[in-house]
Amino acid sequence: MASLLSRFCRKLAVPGSAHGARMVSTTTSCGSETVKSLNLYSAINQALHIALETDPRSYVFGEDVGFGGVFRCTTGLAERFGKNRVFNTPLCEQGIVGFGIGLAAMGNRAVVEIQFADYIYPAFDQIVNEAAKFRYRSGNQFNCGGLTIRAPYGAVGHGGHYHSQSPEAFFCHVPGIKVVIPRSPREAKGLLLSSIRDPNPVVFFEPKWLYRQAVEEVPEHDYMIPLSEAEVIRQGNDITLVGWGAQLTVMEQACLDAEKEGISCELIDLKTLLPWDKETVETSVKKTGRLLISHEAPVTGGFGAEISATILERCFLKLEAPVSRVCGLDTPFPLVFEPFYMPTKNKILDAIKSTVNY
Amino acid sequence: MATAFSATLPLHGSQENRLLLPPTRLAPPPPSSSFLGSTRSLPIRSLNHAHASRRSPVFAVQEVVKDKKKPTNSLLITKEEGLVLYEDMILGRSFEDMCAQMYYRGKMFGFVHLYNGQEAVSTGFIKLLTQSDSVVSTYRDHVHALSKGVSARAVMSELFGKVTGCCRGQGGSMHMFSKEHNVLGGFAFIGEGIPVATGAAFTSKYKREVLKQDCEDVTVAFFGDGTCNNGQFYECLNMAALYKLPIIFVVENNLWAIGMSHLRSTSDPEIWKKGPAFGMPGVHVDGMDVLKVREVAKEAVGRARRGEGPTLVECETYRFRGHSLADPDELRDAAEKAKYAARDPITALKKYLVENKLANEGELKSIEKKIDELVEEAVEFADASPQPGRSQLLENVFADPKGFGIGPDGRYRCEDPKFTEGTAQV
Repeated sequence: MASLLSRFCRKLAVPGSAHGARMVSTTTSCGSETVKSLNLYSAINQALHIALETDPRSYVFGEDVGFGGVFRCTTGLAERFGKNRVFNTPLCEQGIVGFGIGLAAMGNRAVVEIQFADYIYPAFDQIVNEAAKFRYRSGNQFNCGGLTIRAPYGAVGHGGHYHSQSPEAFFCHVPGIKVVIPRSPREAKGLLLSSIRDPNPVVFFEPKWLYRQAVEEVPEHDYMIPLSEAEVIRQGNDITLVGWGAQLTVMEQACLDAEKEGISCELIDLKTLLPWDKETVETSVKKTGRLLISHEAPVTGGFGAEISATILERCFLKLEAPVSRVCGLDTPFPLVFEPFYMPTKNKILDAIKSTVNY
Repeated sequence: MATAFSATLPLHGSQENRLLLPPTRLAPPPPSSSFLGSTRSLPIRSLNHAHASRRSPVFAVQEVVKDKKKPTNSLLITKEEGLVLYEDMILGRSFEDMCAQMYYRGKMFGFVHLYNGQEAVSTGFIKLLTQSDSVVSTYRDHVHALSKGVSARAVMSELFGKVTGCCRGQGGSMHMFSKEHNVLGGFAFIGEGIPVATGAAFTSKYKREVLKQDCEDVTVAFFGDGTCNNGQFYECLNMAALYKLPIIFVVENNLWAIGMSHLRSTSDPEIWKKGPAFGMPGVHVDGMDVLKVREVAKEAVGRARRGEGPTLVECETYRFRGHSLADPDELRDAAEKAKYAARDPITALKKYLVENKLANEGELKSIEKKIDELVEEAVEFADASPQPGRSQLLENVFADPKGFGIGPDGRYRCEDPKFTEGTAQV
């Protein structure tokens, strides 16, 4: 799996991830912009540094963020910006997010860290009932746009039931919040800065598998990647593949294999799931006539269903085959059975072939 | 009926315990805090019993510090009990050490949280329980399961992800269940098990009082200091006291929630005080001393069995290893670690048994050897056990044990060739 990361970010193996793994630092200057090879957690760390630097009323808090967090995303923040702006909270997700909403309602930027997306459920009430509806029900007198909730999500190989979940579908059902998922370090930094500065509450899921595995050249300056714009990361003519986060690396590998069999695949990174860029996907499907969606979350009720339904509405006559979804199985995320549960490259490849040969 | 916790003989003479006094007197200022580094001076609060009619009375915990020279007729345990306790703690310790070895050899994977140093709490409480009493734990649950009676083989196999594990390899380290021994689970999520334990306790009470069955079962819920800042904890304290449930809430306060110090995350770090606020007794006990824990447990379990309601017990303890096997454990002060290492509960019990002539070195050594062999055998058994079949993945999602995965051709979907393609070796 590591080798295919070279398609859109340079590969650097960091095996046996001990917590002390150092980030690679090779600084090169390409024209006016300085780039550095960073992995995902370092890119996010950089984004947080920039966010706190540029807005004096921004705060980062969550469980264990003080020493850098269990994934090292918040390293150096407390030392640099002080314990008044970067602090640990007690273990109460509901309280943490509600507290963040309050801070945001008073005009601050609150960047809340939830230690694992699996633990976000106690906060679900606050996010759905408060954060999403604050601007709406106060008639725009108050809003909690300054709220950004960051959570590591997704499979990690050994996470089991409670360290591997992908809850994005639950949040995509809530009007009023945005859901953003980056695929690589460079994307993550830009998207996180956009999310923090976006005037709406954003739930930002970070693929934890990629924290150390993905390495890419990330510009050192302050840059933002627009939300709600999908990106076509690979051009093709036969079938459109849509995905987000870590799953894209698997899909990329399937695309390469499909190419060997003469199938040209177009791969789209959705980036923002809510509100999602329907036009880009629609244009692509009108060109290729086939769609395949892949995500780690269970297939029933996953976000792939929404994409499928919308594309059917818009492109029905252009479709040559039913929309295919290659997703996790409808079981709790398993421990030992993870390789069987996951939408692996071969499952995607099979689906590509059967869709193309429909 | 007023009950007082009995006096305990401390294994380390200098340890004092908290006093929780009945409403007629104010608590005297306590001696130096037993929490490392706490510079908080404890406010003296009078207990407000304006609503006493709705609350169960708060009982006194009389624990007096005695010096080491005691007449031998006030020993707390018999020889048999002592050996049982010793064996249980040695089992817990050896098992966890073996887990660490196996983890670093790649035999088990995932997140593993070890219990080294906290054995006194598990042994002190669980060895007083019967098979039908329930235990609810956290992710640090291997030793709770072992103390409750789940065989080392079953736990080790579960850790290895084998089908002979107590949960058929589905749960792993953080999810030890046993119907036979009434272990209602390890829970990865902090505080998640406490409401479950509260419900289980309600069942016992219902059986006894409504169905008039002969049921004296209690439930013991174990959780940590970090959990005491979580909403679920308070909700359950309230419910348990309100319904007067036969439950004991045991806080294993090891001062650290991964890297978050308890003292820096809690407005009032003395967790035992939160009991009386809800109308149940709160007790603080030295969790590195199995005999003290046992004495407090006897009283708390006794209360619950008699139908007098819940108790909150805070055990001051310490974990010798990091939060999990992936935790480099850089944040804790070496001096703090050394201080608690000197209070190792196993060494302390050994010393007690030998000094009070309850056992000699030879007997204790033979117990240790026996346990070593048991744990080795558990590893061999786990190694030799088969992995679960792939069809197990879809089983037990719903009530139908075969799951739901039936394809249109009437065969279980897990046998569909497509299902098995592209899979890596586990």
